[in-house]
Amino acid sequence: MHDAARILQLIVNGAASGCIYGLIALGFVLIYKATEMVNFAQGDVMMLGGFAAFTLIAHFHLPYWVGGILAIVITAALGYALDALIIRRVIGQPQFAVVMLTLGLGFIFRAGAGIAWGYDSVGFETPFTNKTIDIGGLILGEDSVSIIAGTVLLCGVLYLFFSRTRVGVAMQAASQNQLAAYYMGIPVRTIFSLIWAISAGVACLAGILLSPISMIDVNMGSLGIKAFAAAVIGGFGSIPGSVIGGVIVGIVEQFAGYKLPAGFQEVSSNIVLLLMLFVRPQGLFAERMGKRV
Amino acid sequence: MTEPILRVDSIETFYGPIQAIRGVSLDVDRGQIVTVLGANGAGKTSVLRTVSGVLDPERGRVLFEGRDIARMPPDQVMRLGMCHVPEGREIFPFLTVRENLNMGAYTRRDPAGVTRDIELCFEYFPRLKERESQRAGLLSGGEQQMLAIGRALMGNPRLLLLDEPSLGLSPLLVQQIFGIIRRINREQNVSILLVEQNAHLALQTADFGYVLEVGRVVASGDCETLLRRADIQEFYLGQKEAGARGTRRWKKKRLWN
Repeated sequence: MHDAARILQLIVNGAASGCIYGLIALGFVLIYKATEMVNFAQGDVMMLGGFAAFTLIAHFHLPYWVGGILAIVITAALGYALDALIIRRVIGQPQFAVVMLTLGLGFIFRAGAGIAWGYDSVGFETPFTNKTIDIGGLILGEDSVSIIAGTVLLCGVLYLFFSRTRVGVAMQAASQNQLAAYYMGIPVRTIFSLIWAISAGVACLAGILLSPISMIDVNMGSLGIKAFAAAVIGGFGSIPGSVIGGVIVGIVEQFAGYKLPAGFQEVSSNIVLLLMLFVRPQGLFAERMGKRV
Repeated sequence: MTEPILRVDSIETFYGPIQAIRGVSLDVDRGQIVTVLGANGAGKTSVLRTVSGVLDPERGRVLFEGRDIARMPPDQVMRLGMCHVPEGREIFPFLTVRENLNMGAYTRRDPAGVTRDIELCFEYFPRLKERESQRAGLLSGGEQQMLAIGRALMGNPRLLLLDEPSLGLSPLLVQQIFGIIRRINREQNVSILLVEQNAHLALQTADFGYVLEVGRVVASGDCETLLRRADIQEFYLGQKEAGARGTRRWKKKRLWN
């Protein structure tokens, strides 16, 4: 009994941190599907979003929900501006230019955050901090549950947005065939900037959800590496795949930390990634049809 | 005579250092079907791309209803009332047929009109109605071509640019699609600029034709005249064999018997 509860506990904790990886991976995938660019600054955008929420909630004493939503809006606006002012200029350049540009932006964000907020870890009170929830005798931290619930909720909202709204379907269309989207009168550039805004907003949400279980600091963006593994496992291009990939990485990490010698927890995501590349290099949810049919 | 809906005035277009169009001028009058003929690499597609704004001409003007659109991006050109059915169809493969049609109406703000026009599309292409909620990538080539034309119609265009609608389709399907192109022209009063390799079919469908060779217009005229011209018959309609020489061979045979 004790062991079963322990394993369930590990699964829930792993799923919770996995959801965070999944949310960052989702940001990678959204941008990649639309523009065939990989934003290596995604983790650092999450860090900025976390600090934005920290400032609004801890400094300006806004209620958690108000501050959180405001932080998401601000980070989304940052994502929009990032694409409209900077990223758009390297369209048509070699992929390498984009990699260098976003890596460079990540450095700038970290340095900027260090100047603005300092290099110490900070945190803020959330309604979920240090509370537990009792589900049929199983005691879970509300923080973990809130992360999982928030991720599921967000996925639902994104699904409805992409399948039901005019702009959402236009985003799919522009991702599938950019030229045809232009021919339909879809303002493709604005649509792409909006996609950057969404993925920045999602990253900020990840930062806020993460804050009860981890402090916010300048280097929290390094989670982006694990999220990248999650995105590749999920098939890099599949939105549900990225979240599921994240959950897999999260759970494997928890078990590696519990069962294996110290150190394995940190590298386990990369081991899963390597195994995945050996066994099924296209990822779990690779799309069956090519981009152009 | 009123001004043409589209006037292309000595455009020159380059792909990097390579000049694809070397001074092409052409007019499309209101209500007309105008065709541009030519062999592979003559610059037909480049002309359409320059008109719809995907390529910017180095020199020359493109006037749509009197307005110079030569350096306008394609989404803005579309908003003025010109829809482009590109070569190779370029549908959205992971969207359903209906979603594809809805995307064609992206710029419109009249849901009732959009619903009505979707029904109109289904009337022109009943096959699309059958496949309404299928992913467009799973359609056959002919169905995809129908979808591409229907999708362009959803934008309520006054001028339709059609790039090789017969490409890769069976002769029967080609006849069907060209019949519908003529109907659209008549019934919706849409002017059409048609690029086509199948010269015979294009000249039968259109009112006026231009012949392009290595980026220049080498002949133009109304289609009946073009159909009768000896050089056009020889180079684009492949009718030389059936002419005088064929008769002679037949006579020879008769004599030999």
